[in-house]
Order: sequence, then structure tokens, then C-alpha cells
Amino acid sequence: MTDVSHPTAPAAPVPPGPAAKPARDERLREVSLLTRIMRRPELGALAGLVLVTLFFLSTADASMFTLAGLMNILAPAAQLGILAIAAALLMIGGEFDLSIGSMVAFAGLIFGAFLTLTGWPLLVAIAATFAVAAFLGGLNGQIVIRTKLPSFIVTLAFLFILRGLSLVGLKWATGGSTQMRGIGERAGEGIVREIFSGNALEGLFAWLAAHDVIARFPNGTPTVTGVPVSIVWFVLFAAAATWVLLRTRAGNWIFAAGGDANAARNSGVPVDRVKTGLFMLTACAAALVAVLTVLDAGSTDSRRGFQKEFEAIIAAVIGGCLLTGGYGSAIGAFFGAIIFGMVSIGLTYTRFDSDWFQVFLGAMLLLAVLFNNFIRRKVTGER
Amino acid sequence: MKSFITGLAAAAALTLAAAAPAAAQQNARIIVVSHGQANDPFWSVVKNGVAAAGQDMKVQVDYRAPETFDMVAMSQLIDAAVNQKPAGLIVSIPDASALGPSIQKAVAAGIPVISMNSGSDVSKKLGALLHVGQDELDAGKAAGAKLKEMGGKVGLCVNHEVGNVSLDLRCKGFAEGFGGKVTVLPVSNDPADIRAKVKAALASDGSVDTIMALGASLAGEPTVAAVKDAGKTGSVKVASFDLSANFLKAVSAGEAAFAIDQQQYLQGYLPVVFLALNAKYGLIPGGDVPSGPNLITKDKAAQVVELSAKGIR
Repeated sequence: MTDVSHPTAPAAPVPPGPAAKPARDERLREVSLLTRIMRRPELGALAGLVLVTLFFLSTADASMFTLAGLMNILAPAAQLGILAIAAALLMIGGEFDLSIGSMVAFAGLIFGAFLTLTGWPLLVAIAATFAVAAFLGGLNGQIVIRTKLPSFIVTLAFLFILRGLSLVGLKWATGGSTQMRGIGERAGEGIVREIFSGNALEGLFAWLAAHDVIARFPNGTPTVTGVPVSIVWFVLFAAAATWVLLRTRAGNWIFAAGGDANAARNSGVPVDRVKTGLFMLTACAAALVAVLTVLDAGSTDSRRGFQKEFEAIIAAVIGGCLLTGGYGSAIGAFFGAIIFGMVSIGLTYTRFDSDWFQVFLGAMLLLAVLFNNFIRRKVTGER
Repeated sequence: MKSFITGLAAAAALTLAAAAPAAAQQNARIIVVSHGQANDPFWSVVKNGVAAAGQDMKVQVDYRAPETFDMVAMSQLIDAAVNQKPAGLIVSIPDASALGPSIQKAVAAGIPVISMNSGSDVSKKLGALLHVGQDELDAGKAAGAKLKEMGGKVGLCVNHEVGNVSLDLRCKGFAEGFGGKVTVLPVSNDPADIRAKVKAALASDGSVDTIMALGASLAGEPTVAAVKDAGKTGSVKVASFDLSANFLKAVSAGEAAFAIDQQQYLQGYLPVVFLALNAKYGLIPGGDVPSGPNLITKDKAAQVVELSAKGIR
């Protein structure tokens, strides 16, 4: 599958995609645009999304595909997707982070504590939350690198440590409760608040509703008042991650580190630095989800982010990431998260008894991954 | 390739069309969004009440809950329900700050909302018509006072859903009513884990003579078993919120003191009836409906056992 050789990291497996195209080089085999598109790892995820959409078009209430319905699907997809994209980068880099779900709860707690206990302004509290998360992510990475233990085990330990610390910390911070309230009021109003909570483009949507482009409730308020900012973050993060992976030196390093760490090291890739950076990125993605959800909900509790680590990895795998590293894409994880959001919310629009929910979720995810795998093999000629 | 995709899609659509119950669009539709997973024995009784009321009132009912105790996911389920414009919405409110905006959106959309189970304190403020449930703090106090009266001095409160304010309130109420020393023991919602942890707690502190469990089958039964394992049946009093057939058998056998019945079947049944009548005739009760507490002691336990086994009590 590696017919596109690469200038910076020739020893490593290379993303089979449209890398930066230098001036014509006779050593490179010319590949048609169609073939190149077909060989992208996210193609399977996109096909899976089409499949799931067809499924719901034939079974769900029509209101699922209204504007309000789509926003409804994208809201959980965005929160999961921010985690999944970071998890995908880390998986491409050859490691796992099972602590991100617990990190959401822990970052939510320290963010709440910085706001309500120390009374810091919102911007400072957010910056401090990211700093703590980055430190813990870096710690994860350093332990993995220095002990050479599998990251699966190290971050599994952190899954429990952070979940437990969230419980202990919450009880300490609130004087015995497992839920911290009143964070929304302490955050105050202003530009920083608007970047991390509420809706974007409210004016546009109000205008659209006034001109009857989008539906309104009987009392006149539009059914959708704007795009939740988490969706904006999700899209921007997916775009940035894709750009880094496909167009920058850091992106090549990530593929190289995950493909064959030794070969990458020998050809001058700072593998340890790359991996530590990726662990810091996943922790910061969890902190971002924590800030977004805590500000939106106005509260945090010790169960936030429960099992999100598995969902994020599932979304990354649907998106074409290999569990062995070195292959995958950020935009695939983006579609994977949307599939997940569509399945989890979409089933409420159907007439199935909710007892079947987990069966459906599991079956559809399995189907999506199988389908994804099938397409990928077909187009890459893998055996 | 194309035939594969269409084939797969068609197969999926066919299976589902066959499995989907005949969508009866002629009747009013009522959606329930709770925080209780249907595999929790307590919530399966609520769901049974919802289903029975749907049949009795001839309305469509849907019961939805997030897979885990996840308030963000639950608010998204409420948003999805609002989007389907039901004739009525029934919600439990274990976290008012997280769920409030979604509930207020439902009210703003003109959907009649009834809260049930948890959230009695915030129900009115969020615009719900009324609340059907048990005041957790008061129920805890009543149970604590009863256990104190039975001679308890050192108490343990077993919390299996850490993060749920209603359960925190039960422990708090228990501590207030009990008066003595009370520690909270956080456990997971796995009966085997609860049994082991209660046993360990009894071993590490020999002075514990009273244990309050917050759910009968999930926590109450393993607690009774743990007390038996520790050889302290009779000397350690066990009480539990909610009912289960086995816990009631333990009560009638004298292995447990009493169960606190909040009659959650009513919490599922009544709101559906109210909203169906509201859709039909515009009728609605004038105030909250307290479904509990109702202490089931040894003399009353036997008669309740059978109904509990059927998933009604």
C-alpha cells in the first residue's frame, strides 16, 4: 500500500494519502485522484455513516432529520469526537489512553474548584485546568516511555486513579456531596464564556427563524437557536488535526512513531517527545470536553465522562485507525463520532423498546467496523 | 460493491421493518426520560408502570434512559424527546443544573412536563406541572428515626450510585434521623462488590450495628448476605430503601428490619395517566403526589413479596 514514498521519514510506513505534492519526481508512481481518495482510511467511516443514515431514514421518525434533530445528534457526537480525534492521533502514534474518560471528570472537578473555591476569573481557571491536564498527560507519557510498560496498562491505572481522585476531591471541595453546583453562576458572562458555552451564530438562526427558513415552536421561539459551541470546537479540532497529520512534519513523525518506533528513531524522529506530546493532547482534549460540558451544565459530578474512553477508541477504530498504530486518520474519527452520536440519539426516534438499546448500539458499531474494514481491504488490496 | 451496500442497507431495513411494532400514530405519544437504566431492578418496575398505564390509557409510551448515570447524555435525550413533540414528557431530575435548560426548553415548546422520582425540590421552578415521588430527605429521616428507636448507635450508609443527589439526600436524611455516628460507604452497582465491601466494613469496624442500603435488590440483598457472612445476623440491623422479593423475604424472616417503599410503580403509572387525561380533557391534579415513604416491616412483608416478584412493587 505504500506506493507514495516520503521525503522526511522514508523508513516508516506512510499515510496512503495525498501528502504534499512536490514538483514532479520520476521516482514517484503517479496515482489517479480517484484511487488516492479510495485509499484514505476514513473512506470506510464515511461509507458506514451513509449506511447508518439509510438505516434511520427507513426506521426513524422524520423529525430526526430536521435541523433540530441534526443538532441533537451532533451535540453528543461533538463531545465524543473531541476525545476521539485526540485518541486517534495517539493511536496512530502507537499508544492508547484509557484515562481520558476519568480525565473528563477530574478536569471538571479542578475547573469547578478553580472557579468556585479559589475564585479565579474564568480565563485563568480554564488555562490552569489545561495546564493540570497537560501535566497529567505528560506524566502518563513519561511513565510509559521510561518504564516501557504498555500504555494500555499505565493509562488503565490512571483510569482508576483519576476516577477515584474525582470522588475524593469532590467530597472534599463540596463538604461531602458528590456533585458540585453553581459553577455556571461563578463563571460570569463575557467573551470567554461565549467561546466555551452556549450557541454560536444565534443572530443568524434568529433571522432564519423570523423568515420561516427554520421551524418554530408554537410559542414562536425557533426550534434551534444556534449551533452549540461544542460542535464548532469539534469541527475546528478535526480540521486542525487533519492538517497536522497530512501537511506537517509533526504529522509525519506521528505516523513514523506509530509505524515502527525504532526505525523512526534511527531516522531522527524524536519518538519520545512525539508520544509525550500526544498524551498531553489527549488529556487536554478531555479537559476541553470537561470545560465545555461543565459550563453548559453548570454543575459537575463524579460520574462525568464515564466509559468515554471506550467510546472514543471505538469511534477512532470506526474511523479507520489500526489498533497496532501507524495507520488512521483524524477525519475518520470525526465521522466515527458522528456515527456514534447518530446511533445513540437516533434510536430514540424509532419505535424500538429502549431495552434493546445496547444490543443495537453494539451491533451497529460492529457492522460499521466490519463494513469499514471490508471497504478498506477492497480498495487497498490488503490481504 | 454497490450491490453489497444496497443489499446490506435493504437487509437492515427489512429486519427492522419486521421487528418494529406497528407504529400507531393515531394515539397521543408520551415520552419518559429517566436516569435509571432498565437493567436496574428498581427502574424496571417504573418501566412496568409506564407500560401498564400506556395500555390502560391507550396511549403510546416510550421509556428512555442513558446507558450510564450520565447527566449530559440525559439532557441530550430530553432534547431529542422535545424535538419529537410528544403530548407529554415525564422526567426524573437528579441534577437540576445539568437538566434544567433542557426541561425549560420542553416547557417553552408547550409540552406538558411532569417530574417523577427525583427532583421534588426543583420541579415547580423548572416549569413542571407537578411531581410524583418521595421526598428523599424526609424518607431518610423517617427511616433513621425508626432505626434509632430500634436501638441503633453506629450506622453505615451504603451508596451504590455516587453522584446521584437523591441518594446523597437519603444518606443525609438517615444520618439526621439516626442521630448517632454514620459513615457513608461508596460502592459500585455490582452486588458482588457491595457484598465484599460491606463485609470488609463490618470486619474493620466491629461497632457498626445498623446498615442502611439505598436499593433493595442491588444493595439490600448483598448487605443482608454480607451480615450473614460476618455471622452478625440479628445483631446488625439492616434496612433498605425500595423493595425486592428477596429482601422482603429477609424482612419477614427477621434477617432485615424493614424496607422503605416509595411505590415506584406509581411513579411510572400516574404521570402517564395524568398526561393522557391532560391531552384528552385538559385535566391535571392541583399539586405534587407523594408516592412514599411507606415502611414495610415484618408484619406487612409477606403480602408484598408476591407483587415484588412480579415487578409491581
